[in-house]
Amino acid sequence: MPIHEKHLIRPENLVSHENLVIDGIDVSGDWSTFIRSRVVPDYNENLQEEIEALPGGEFIHRCWQCGSCTNSCTMNAVNPDFNPRYWIYLIRMGFESELVRDKDIIWQCVSCNKCTYACPRDVVPEGVMKATAHWLEHKGYTPKSPSMVFDEVFSEQVIERGKIEDGEVVLNFLTRTHQKLTQPWLIEMVKRLMKHLPVKMLATLGLATIFKPRTKGWGPARDAIKDYVKERDEAATDALGPHIAYKKPETPEQIAAE
Amino acid sequence: MSETKKYKKVAYYPGCALEGTAQPYDHSTKALGKALGLELEEVKNWNCCGAMEVKNIDPKIQTYLSSRVMSIAANEMGHDVVMAPCNGCYHNLKKAEYDLAHDEGSKEVVEKISKKAGHETYKAGQVETIHALDWIKDSIGEEGLKERVKNSLNGMKIANYYGCMYVRPRHIFPEKDQGPGSESTSAPHFMDDLLEAAGAENVDFPLKTACCGGAHTLSDSDTSTKLVLNILEAAEASGAEVIATECPTCHSGLEMHQIRAEKVLGRKTNVKIVYFTQLLGMAMGLSAKKVGVHQNISDSMDLMKEKGLA
Ligand code: SF4
Ligand code: SF4
Repeated sequence: MPIHEKHLIRPENLVSHENLVIDGIDVSGDWSTFIRSRVVPDYNENLQEEIEALPGGEFIHRCWQCGSCTNSCTMNAVNPDFNPRYWIYLIRMGFESELVRDKDIIWQCVSCNKCTYACPRDVVPEGVMKATAHWLEHKGYTPKSPSMVFDEVFSEQVIERGKIEDGEVVLNFLTRTHQKLTQPWLIEMVKRLMKHLPVKMLATLGLATIFKPRTKGWGPARDAIKDYVKERDEAATDALGPHIAYKKPETPEQIAAE
Repeated sequence: MSETKKYKKVAYYPGCALEGTAQPYDHSTKALGKALGLELEEVKNWNCCGAMEVKNIDPKIQTYLSSRVMSIAANEMGHDVVMAPCNGCYHNLKKAEYDLAHDEGSKEVVEKISKKAGHETYKAGQVETIHALDWIKDSIGEEGLKERVKNSLNGMKIANYYGCMYVRPRHIFPEKDQGPGSESTSAPHFMDDLLEAAGAENVDFPLKTACCGGAHTLSDSDTSTKLVLNILEAAEASGAEVIATECPTCHSGLEMHQIRAEKVLGRKTNVKIVYFTQLLGMAMGLSAKKVGVHQNISDSMDLMKEKGLA
């Protein structure tokens, strides 16, 4: 019998045999493919509470699994494995190991809020995606994603000076993520910029990276925000336990598991 | 002349992008305002609204950042309207407004930080935040624009692209979806209306509110390139010569990934990317240079010349 909806089954859970003999009877052919039964050895009963404790995850308990989020999702159209409804299900059931399998794509949510628009229960799935990405990083399952690094570079500058200078953010980001500045498309962009920008504007942009734009009288606001960040970090540690640093896989088995 | 002059003088919040890479949007917005007799007073000592990034570190810091801008406009400058041409700024101020009216937690944090920072706490309702589209639509309107057109856009075929932050999520824009005359979050039309009044022919463009991947334009550039290419190709398939934009992040995302799609995926598109304020400005008789068309990365000078606008 063919297996319908085969794409919904993880390939490693499908077992097929060329020749299968059970109790002396050859059952090859139609009966040669099996779906391995799944055993979930570990539940994390606190998973939902942990996600709820992170900014954006507050309303996950409201979800009634209608699937409108996944149905409207920008990223799902690019990659069918990107499935907010499913992840919300896993979190609510406490299927930590199952959730962790998708750890490398959850951060890719582009915050388009199509899900938030479509959700009939005001779950704000976009926020849940961000909370889940942070949770994965906090628990040491993933390194900081490129987008998390970008958010940090950006926010550090805003908190420090009140304003950002986009050229500097881009440069810092490319350096921190070890990206080459000589990628052909980047060079092409700069070329076109140079072609059309008047010298005066180039000079302003250039000067902005040296005389960093800042908001006048920003000091007290900066200190107040920093105090708040400290308090909030302490609260997150209370709810989730200490931050676990991500370790790169080293042994061949670990690498294979990745 | 038929106009309401509703937003004759507003507080102007340009935001970081318009001071940096999106200077043509800033210049054309100011020039257009001047040509239409609308006055802009820049918010003093403004700060970044938090863009797409700070909320991922902590949404309440983002709410504070946006509230500080509104507080200065209201309490230090006596304004009751703040106009932001950037979708990100506009969205964040709206979001802060909503959260401060509905969420005690956000209110507490904003009060605490504002007090320590030494300025008055912003209270929900002190200002109305509007987008540059509302600003033109509600103070000049289509009829007013028509009366002032000096150089018609002459049937230029335009795909109007609004992106995400202007319409989603719905609950932070209570004034939208209020029937005739109001903006729609599912099929926005304010930009279409204004450009049509200036002589453009708007094409039937299905991806008005699609996402350009702006949040990950550099951190996940392959995804962004795919999303942008989709938008560009759909615009071309709809017969558009130009994509009109009303957001610096969308605008630079489209420009950047148009180049990247060509270099990395070998898919070239020719549709031009132009700010709506540049298009309206030229229709009002300003030169293409005056509204900074030559400063866009997407080179549309030849097209503007062909249309008799440059
Ligand atoms: S749209 Fe909302 S209620 Fe429906 S599955 Fe997604 S999060 Fe749950
Ligand atoms: S915000 Fe993220 S999860 Fe929601 S629809 Fe957009 S990409 Fe998908």
